[in-house]
Amino acid sequence: MVASVISVDRLRKTYGTFVAVEDVSFEVEEGEIFGLLGPNGAGKTTSVECAQGLRVPDAGDISVLGLDPRTQGSQLRQLVGSQLQESALPGRLKVWEALDLFASLVPGGPDWREVMERWDLTGKASASFSSLSGGQRQRLLVALAVVNEPRVVFLDEMTTGLDPAARRATWQLIEAIRDGGATLVLVTHFMDEAEQLCDRLAIVDEGRVVATGSPQSLIAEHGGDLLIHFSTDRPDVSFLDAIESVHTVSRHGPHVTVAGHGPVLALVGAALVRNGIVPTDLRVQQSTLEDVFLRLTGHGLAE
Amino acid sequence: MTSLLKMTWVEAKLFLREPVTVLFTFALPLMILYVLGGVFGNEANPGSEGDMVVYGGYGPTNWYTPAYVGLAIASVAMIGVPAHLAEYRERGVLRRFRASSVARSMFLSSQLIVAVLISTIGSVLLLALAFPTTEVEGPESAALFLAAFVLGAICFSAFGILLGTVLPSARAAQSAGLLLWFLFMFVSGAGPPPEVLPGSLNTIGQYAPLTPVIRMLQEPWLSGEWAAGYSVAVLAIGVVSAGAAYFLFKWE
Repeated sequence: MVASVISVDRLRKTYGTFVAVEDVSFEVEEGEIFGLLGPNGAGKTTSVECAQGLRVPDAGDISVLGLDPRTQGSQLRQLVGSQLQESALPGRLKVWEALDLFASLVPGGPDWREVMERWDLTGKASASFSSLSGGQRQRLLVALAVVNEPRVVFLDEMTTGLDPAARRATWQLIEAIRDGGATLVLVTHFMDEAEQLCDRLAIVDEGRVVATGSPQSLIAEHGGDLLIHFSTDRPDVSFLDAIESVHTVSRHGPHVTVAGHGPVLALVGAALVRNGIVPTDLRVQQSTLEDVFLRLTGHGLAE
Repeated sequence: MTSLLKMTWVEAKLFLREPVTVLFTFALPLMILYVLGGVFGNEANPGSEGDMVVYGGYGPTNWYTPAYVGLAIASVAMIGVPAHLAEYRERGVLRRFRASSVARSMFLSSQLIVAVLISTIGSVLLLALAFPTTEVEGPESAALFLAAFVLGAICFSAFGILLGTVLPSARAAQSAGLLLWFLFMFVSGAGPPPEVLPGSLNTIGQYAPLTPVIRMLQEPWLSGEWAAGYSVAVLAIGVVSAGAAYFLFKWE
């Protein structure tokens, strides 16, 4: 049993009459990348800000590294790293100055030059924050977030507004932080990002967690049928109906689509070979987290 | 301690990198020096019969120069500081600082130190230009004037930080700061001679927090005395502002 680094239980947070978080619970285990996936306004950011002690929840219990963010917030923030949404640095602050300043905030903190080297910012040392590209800014903000060698790192919407190349580069940064031994909490509304990076994730919608699990298990459980496509000249493929994990077989001319679940791919493949059909265009269409989300919430992830 | 010094140093550099703010902060008191100084000269008005005694009988330039030092303090504290703090809040810089466990006391102290430093630069610049180019004489007591400057700069900068803490946006802070600066200038003795102002404006002047700062600076300059009453008022403004700013300060 791996120890929980973060435990959030029945969190609730309202702003006046607006309920930002209705009922959110999740556990994050040591060393994993845990995602909070959901559309904008689902309550993800509020949840992680409560976990960092930046907001005070109305109800619920939170424990991060054994500390209560409500009463031990400043102590906690020394142990965690954070890349907040809608946060910025002064436009004319230079890269080296930012690293120097933030390193000085950590008692016995690291040499900022090493940090600058590690995050590949040395070439930009004297560039001002406002002159950096989106990807470079994220790299600097990540470097600042981990300058205290935190055990837990919160990353909120890291890749919003980045071009595809910068997004990929940011994903590598995230994996580099995890490889350094930290536990990560990733807030995102990008399905592909969650699927690519997260060991486990919670799907959040309208202030509630609607499902938790690894991307694969969520897809297997909630994603619906696996679709197998191939084409054949053989008029009769009714033998496929007899396979237990097959739900439907549909056909348009030579194009056959088999929908099923569980071990359906292996069973269909074996049956085809047994019946002398060896299609060259056999392919599988798997559900994505987007389908899972749609199925669980009745609406898409897009804003 | 290291982080306070780093923060102060970085913030001071950032201020000096904003050419518009620098120009505005330093140029505004200078502009008033040459415009008003040019109008009134430095001929003391002894109050011959039928004349009103203005400037308490002192030469206008002698009267105005320490008042302009007060304006230099005020332009940093009221035009520079509030807009700067509000902008940091608006842009999420304060969020970033807080998430990295920057302490409120450390951050506010660094802002105060930077404001005092910049007030000092502005005042030195003003005096360095005033002596060779105007007929100003004085100060009667340089040591007491210096003490008044230090107390005034610290306390009034705290007032500026309070403004930056309560004003909701950078835009609001900028306009409110500028408006208050001109209002205070007119009613606090740095504008038209107080003797010619209508009673209502003098009443406002009595309560404008810049007035005791300017009186406190003028007294040692003109008479070599320490303005005990005004210095207590300045100290009270400073303590109340600093306390209120500390408790009302919001990171976002």
